[in-house]
Amino acid sequence: MNLRAVWAIYRVEMARAFRTVLQSIISPVISTSLYFVVFGSAIGSRITEIDGISYGAFIVPGLIMLSLLTQSISNASFAIYFPKFVGSIYELLSAPVSYLEIVIAYVGGAATKSIILGLIILATASLFVPLQIEHPFWMIAFLVLTAVTFSLFGFIIGIWAKSFEQLQLVPLLIVTPLTFLGGSFYSIHMLPGIWKTITLFNPVVYLISGFRWSFYGKADVSVGVSLGMTLVFLAVCIAIVAWIFKTGYRLRN
Amino acid sequence: MPSILSISGVSKTYATGFTALKEVNLDIQRGEIFALLGPNGAGKTTLISIVCGIVNRSTGTVTVDGHDISKDYRAARSLIGLVPQELTIDAFESVWATVNYSRGLFGKPANPGFVEKVLRDLSLWDKKDAKAITLSGGMKRRLMIAKALSHEPRILFLDEPTAGVDVELRQDMWEMVRRLREDGVTIILTTHYIEEAEAMADRVGVINRGEIILVENKAELMHKLGRKRLVLELRNPLTAIPETFSRYALELSPDGGQLTYTYDNQAERPGVASLIRDLEASGIQFRDIDTQNSSLEEIFVNLVRREP
Repeated sequence: MNLRAVWAIYRVEMARAFRTVLQSIISPVISTSLYFVVFGSAIGSRITEIDGISYGAFIVPGLIMLSLLTQSISNASFAIYFPKFVGSIYELLSAPVSYLEIVIAYVGGAATKSIILGLIILATASLFVPLQIEHPFWMIAFLVLTAVTFSLFGFIIGIWAKSFEQLQLVPLLIVTPLTFLGGSFYSIHMLPGIWKTITLFNPVVYLISGFRWSFYGKADVSVGVSLGMTLVFLAVCIAIVAWIFKTGYRLRN
Repeated sequence: MPSILSISGVSKTYATGFTALKEVNLDIQRGEIFALLGPNGAGKTTLISIVCGIVNRSTGTVTVDGHDISKDYRAARSLIGLVPQELTIDAFESVWATVNYSRGLFGKPANPGFVEKVLRDLSLWDKKDAKAITLSGGMKRRLMIAKALSHEPRILFLDEPTAGVDVELRQDMWEMVRRLREDGVTIILTTHYIEEAEAMADRVGVINRGEIILVENKAELMHKLGRKRLVLELRNPLTAIPETFSRYALELSPDGGQLTYTYDNQAERPGVASLIRDLEASGIQFRDIDTQNSSLEEIFVNLVRREP
């Protein structure tokens, strides 16, 4: 295993985050605070509690997931798309690096950044609402699993994309709506009949539900199902990445 | 001399159906400077990209110092440094960081002393903290070379190294290539600047429309395919070439003061002696005589044109 290469790529990816600290760290903190002001205060004054949890505290896991998903995707997709766009990917492809090492380095870098961000949002949230974390191990497990899974997903998008427009397409048109409709700001039990069933086809529901369970011990769907669905999505992403590398799809052709 | 790079039956057809390479066979000898010449779109970059692992080949095998580029890609790629044609660098990285990144990517342990030497050799040391985006075109080209040399490769590919480069940098680059060769590095350069190949290469390969149409020792190539010119400065200008000389390929300069005879120096009877005898017999006197070898450029143009 070429660990030096993994470390070299990882370090460059992390350095990029620190170079653009305003974009990577400060802007998500500001937007989270805005969510608290808008949703927590404005809507929270009307919905006082969900499942016995104050509305402000209820939305915290959903907010973290929202940023975790979008940032994991954008970090990883940009990280691999940018060298493709400027052409510097030649160096990566000509280096004695295995596909696994490339994925570990890029996905590891993207996931680390979004996990750090998730923790920053958690810290920011604790300034607004009293928080409790009933299952810290599972909280970290869901955080890491989700960050890795969606970084892999982002990596796939970055390889597939042929333009900046395509790069934005999936996050904007699919991921963001799914996240907003995935129970970040409400419990799916609050939805009318048929919508409750339809929403179960949204994978993000399981992520948010499981994550919220790790905080408050309450969930929309059972935590086992949440974990299972997260692992299924992870497996699907791994399979696609394996296929990309096996065929050289949009990389070596 | 054993070959360090062996390309056998390599072809490449892109998904679009375009065939960039047709059954290429080529052996590069250890420690030589090999120039791959060819017009734009001939397949030079595709061939290099396949050897370096950037593009998948359709058929064939490639071994680098005995290591198959697919089965044993780590060993094969570790030996190769590539300077691509385009200036493609992460614009926001510093010179120092990006060269060290390249070294790490190739699995080499950090060696600040060596990286410093590479940067000094390429006159980049003063710019080590500068971001790549702030460098001039020539500096960026040097940086690309520094990145390729950072992991101490045994084979260096230079894809059009002096395209759009000023004279000074070109001279520096040639000097650097010679130094590397002294250290035992094998150098393969593609170019369409023939003078570059003429000045530096030990052997020359010509590629056209995806096929290697010739591989030859440079000196032999020039000897074999070279045509010679005999230039005669006439004492008294002529208005036209006399008809008795129609069997010679003669050209008269517009002012009538110079006669040029082009001949094949490989021919059994190049005809120089008889031409001079015939000139004397006709009373055409000359005050100076000169012979010129055709340049590699002329040889190259002839070769490529000859292709159907």
